[in-house]
Order: sequence, then C-alpha cells, then structure tokens
Amino acid sequence: MTTKTRMLGSDAILRALEHEGVDVAFGIPGGAILPTYDAMARGTSVRHVLARHEQGAGHMAEGYARASGKVGVAIATSGPGATNLVTAIADAWMDSTPVVFITGQVRSELIGTDAFQEVDITGVTMPIVKHSWLVQDVEELPSVMKAAFHVARTGRQGPVLVDVAKDVQEAAFDFAYPDEVDLPGWRPPTKVHPRQIREAAKAIVEAKRPILYCGGGVLNADASAELLALVDSAHLPAVVTLMGKSCLPESHSLNYGAPGMHGSKYANWALNKADLVIAVGTRFDDRVTGKVSAFAPGAKVIHFDIDAAEVGKIRHADIPVVGPLKLGLAQLAAEVSAVAADGAPDHGPWLRQLEDWREQFPFRYAKGNGVLKPQTAIEALRDAAAGLDGDVIWTTGVGQHQMWAMQYVQCEKPRTFITSGGAGTMGYGVPAAIGAKAARPDATVICIDGDGCFQMTCQELATAALEGLPIVTAVINNGWLGMVRQWQEMFYAERFAETHLTHAVPDYAQLAEAYGCAGFTVETEEQLEESIQAALQAGRSAVLDVRCDPEEKCFPMVPAGAAAVDVIEAPSEEGALT
Amino acid sequence: MSTHTISVRLENKPGALARVSQLFSRRGYNIQSLAVGPTEDDDISRLTLRVDCSEHSLEQIEKQMHKLVNVLRVTELRPDESLERELALITVAVAPDRRAELVSLAQVSGAHVADIGRDAITFEVVGRPDQVEAFEELVRPYGVRELVRTGRVGLRRPSRTAT
Repeated sequence: MTTKTRMLGSDAILRALEHEGVDVAFGIPGGAILPTYDAMARGTSVRHVLARHEQGAGHMAEGYARASGKVGVAIATSGPGATNLVTAIADAWMDSTPVVFITGQVRSELIGTDAFQEVDITGVTMPIVKHSWLVQDVEELPSVMKAAFHVARTGRQGPVLVDVAKDVQEAAFDFAYPDEVDLPGWRPPTKVHPRQIREAAKAIVEAKRPILYCGGGVLNADASAELLALVDSAHLPAVVTLMGKSCLPESHSLNYGAPGMHGSKYANWALNKADLVIAVGTRFDDRVTGKVSAFAPGAKVIHFDIDAAEVGKIRHADIPVVGPLKLGLAQLAAEVSAVAADGAPDHGPWLRQLEDWREQFPFRYAKGNGVLKPQTAIEALRDAAAGLDGDVIWTTGVGQHQMWAMQYVQCEKPRTFITSGGAGTMGYGVPAAIGAKAARPDATVICIDGDGCFQMTCQELATAALEGLPIVTAVINNGWLGMVRQWQEMFYAERFAETHLTHAVPDYAQLAEAYGCAGFTVETEEQLEESIQAALQAGRSAVLDVRCDPEEKCFPMVPAGAAAVDVIEAPSEEGALT
Repeated sequence: MSTHTISVRLENKPGALARVSQLFSRRGYNIQSLAVGPTEDDDISRLTLRVDCSEHSLEQIEKQMHKLVNVLRVTELRPDESLERELALITVAVAPDRRAELVSLAQVSGAHVADIGRDAITFEVVGRPDQVEAFEELVRPYGVRELVRTGRVGLRRPSRTAT
C-alpha cells in the first residue's frame, strides 16, 4: 500500500473511478449522492454525462461498456433514483454487461427507519447483480470500489452495485487505493483444462456436420480474432446469436448469421441438422433453441463458456469446456490443426448443403403498393452506413425493428451491434447509443428504434444534444407495438388489444427539434435515401421518423415453444419478394 | 428427485445468508431445512442445507452457489461419508398420572427432560435426524403441543475423508 491521502469518502469514490481507468460516468444527482457530485465539482478526470432519467443513465453505461469493452459506470441517488436503475441493472445482468452502479443511500443512522428516499436497493437488486455492497464505514470504501470493478469485469461479466450511505461520503479518512482485491470466494477460471481442449479438438476433426454456435460471450471476452482463426483454420461454419452479432465478420462466407425465433431458416437448419454443435459463449436461450427437446437432436455438444453454471444448464454438454474464451479458442484452434495432421478437416458436403440452404431460404419480404416497408428502411440505413468513412455502431430497441436490424444490418467489426437480448428492454436503444458514442466519439452511432421503444426513453435526446454526443435515431414507426401486434394477429385471432400507438402522435420530427436535434419525416421509399443522408450529415443528433407499413410482420418465425426447424416463412402471395 | 445435504462455507458478511437463500427461491429450488452457525474461524459461517432435487438440479445449485462472492466452498455431504446431527425441543401434553411413563420412554430413547409443567413436559433430543424423528413419532400419540427442530448440521467424517 502506498502513501495515504486525507480526503472525504466522496472524493475517494472519484479517485477510485480514476484508478480504474473510467473516463466517462453517467448519472443524475440527488439528495443522498450530493456529496459525491460536490466532489466532482472539486475536480476529477472523469467526465460526467447528465442523463434525464436514471434508467437512461444505466443503459448509457451499458452502451458504453458494450462499445468499449470497459466497465461502465452509472450513478444515482437513493430511493427512486436507485429503483429507476433497476431495469438497467436487470438488463446488464441478463446480457452479462459489466457495469458498476453507484447509489447514494440515506445516512447510516437512518437506514432501516423508512427515512425519506430510503429504499433497500441492495435487497431489491439481490437477484440481478453479481454482488453488491452497502458501505456504512468509510474505511471500507477503497476496498469495496476495487472489488466492485474486479467482480464486474472478471469471470462472466455483469453488473454490481455499490450503495454508499451519505455520511460515508461526507466522512474524512486516510485514502489509499489497494493494489489487490481481498475476495477469497471469487475465483473465476483463468485457464482451460487441456484435456477438455483435446477432446473438443478431436470431436471437431471427426465431425461430418459441425457448426459453431457463437454468442455474446465471444464479444465480452474480446475473442473475435481467436474465433476467426478457428473458423478459418478448421473451415468451421458458424451461426451467431443476436447477442453475438459482430463477433465474426458478416461478410465471411462461413458466417451463417443468426439462428432462433427470427433467425434465418438456414441458420436454424444448420444447428438442427448438425452432428456437432460447438457452443461458444452462449447459453442455449429459449429464443434460440425453441423446444429444447427438439433442438439439434442428432448433435453431440461441446459447450465452451467462462461460466460453469451455464454448461449443461439447458442442454447436456457431451464435452464441457470451462474457462476464458480468448485463451481457450486460441488453444482449440492450435489443437485442431495438430489433430488434423493431414490438413484441415474436410466438411465439403456439409458446407455445400449449408450454401444450398442459404440460397434457397434468404431473408425476404414483399415490397408492396407504395407502402414503405420497415425492412426497406433498414436496408437503406445499412447501405448508407456502408458508404461512411470510419466505424458505424448500431444500437436497437426491442421488437420487430430489432429483429429486422439483426437480419439486415451488416457488421464487420466487433462491438458494433449493441442490443438488449436477454431482458428485451424496450427503450434501450437511444440511451445505449449515447453511451456508445461517449465510448467511441470517432464512430457514427445509429439507433434503429421502434416507435413504442423510442417513447420510453426519448427524453435522453436532451442528453445527446447537450452533451455533444450526436447520434442518429431511425424510428421505425409503424404506429403500433409491432411485435405484440404480430402475436395478436397470429396467435390471438387479430384481437388488437391496446397496441395501437398511431403514426402521428407524437410528431417525432417536431419532438426531435424540441430537444435540439434535427428531425426528418419519411413517408415514401423515395424520401428515404435523401433523409438518411441529411440525418447523417446533420452535424448534430437527428431523428428519422420513418412511417412504415403497420401490418408488416417479421419472418421467418419459430413460434414460441415450437421446434426450431418448424419455421414459419414470409407469405409469398403479397407480391414480388425481394 | 432425492434429498441431498449440502454444506456451505460462507464468509460471515452482512447479507451473505440472504444471497444464498434468495438464490434458492429465485431458481425454484426447495429448501427442506437450513441451519447456519459459526465455525472454527470467526470470519466464516457454515450452512447446512437439505434440498429435495434431481441430480441435475443439485449440480446447478452447486455451480450457482459457487458464483456467489461470499461463498467459499460448497460440498455435498453424502450419508456414508458424513456425520449429521439435529436438535429438537418437543413439548408433550401429559396428565400427571402418565408422567412417569413418558419420562421413562424418553430415557430409553436418549431424550432429556428440559422442563416440566403442570400438564406438559418439554424434552430435548439430540442425535441423528432419524433418531430425532423416531422420538417425535414415539411421543406423538401423547399429543405434541409444540415442537421445534434446528434442522440438521453436518460435517464430513475425518475417517472417510481422503487427505
């Protein structure tokens, strides 16, 4: 331990953030966290982005973490400030996003008395954090902050919460930031057992119809290069989940894209006709597997994950591989090459089969009768983005537009597709985009949002406008809670209960202008390209209100609980399919 | 489904027990009994949990518990490799004329009289869970007024533990 410096608890929180390399934090001040904001006024290298709602701050921290690979930080006051973070905490939990949430708590002597703005936030969030700390002694603050960052970023990443009583923030003490953490019960794996690697390599070489099934864990582990090396050296075809999107270049011929409920028929078939499924950093989510007993029925499973509890949780793993992906994938690629002494294994017939399916069952939709289709808008955004210099990072809300974004947006670099997968949090897109922009000011950040989603967090446009974090938001405005409407149409006999939002209220372009952003209304296919270009060149945040066909449904679709091979395809009678 | 005994070494920190018990309710595992207390180390508590679950669930429980920051070690206590004990206090209604009969019954069962009232006796019984159960069954016909059991505590037998 180095020399100690006399300071207040509030200053110590900021010194801890600086020690951890945090350059941006997102939050909103309030009574119980005021001393820490006062410390910001005394000076810190941490940039604070002032959100308009704590949920927004939380999603910004998530977007920042996903785009940068660093730990995000969100700060709120006690009580409602803290409970407003809960949705973002749950979201980070479900998608394994490393975020340190810092909340103020009422004074120690008031804890447990139902004091003003007192909520037991460590109790409320217990099932959705990796760990949490309620700090009531300022001497514990440095080690707690150190532990919080360590737990958030090591092992399977995820959210942690540090709840700091107001008097602790105000207390003076001798501060030194510890070099080590003291967490005897926290021992995530740091290496992979060589026997597991050998068995996996042997199975890969022996397989006739292998398929890699890659998830968000690859991105969290920054293991894209190692994954690509394995794909290339062993000629392994891959499917990539929604959370994994961008972990493998989408122009790569062996990348067969997303399986699952709205994934392609060929990706679902690839998984389900395989004789070996190599699951990497993924968790056999029900949105991918459909009916588990009918999922990849003939396949042996290699399940490789940093989290031992995921291996075998849903599907038995014939070859469990537990450990860090970056290290393990590199070892696996080397081992596959060593086992396949005669060169790369030949999966020729299988690859030809996959290619046939890809040609036979592309994503498609019917362009019809002068009505603007949402997929057309997303394709136009994709094409416009491809023409830009520099990286483009995409974020989405949750629903139909998210699934179309998954289907039509093309990502070449890791961490360029940021979405709420596990929790399915509507309203994620705009704040996540702001967080991503804060992490990557050099990149163009485009949020593909739905009109329902947008209205849940659109107040953060003020944050984007005033903090100099320009983003482009394309509201795929079909005037409905589109995915719910789709289910009502398909499974609830067209009883459209409480899903109609209307195209026109609010007027999104005017709303954008009111928030200091540029607003554009797009009603026809012809207006699309010009408006998109104008939005991209606006020099400030922009909102595209893209008024689309309210009846368009997202296909293909595997109905909930059905076998993933039983895909409902887009109906073809509506007109010319593209 | 079968019943398993799990022993958990846990850091003695605020909220640590709540984290373990919420994990069980959150993941839908049913706890039959839970006993917690200090160990040879002041900073560490030991939990003994009885759970009714399948082998697959047991594996999941152990893995999920390992991820809790305060959990130091999780071990299943297999019956042939471990010692298990339980304490029960049982208040049995008894008329004065049948007291002697009940007390001698307790004596042969290894239970002790903890308190005697005008129309009831409280027995304490310590032993293997099946012994505690047997005594409970034995006195039940007299009328059990109140009963409390600690839930079992357990340790691995040093005689069966490879070092």
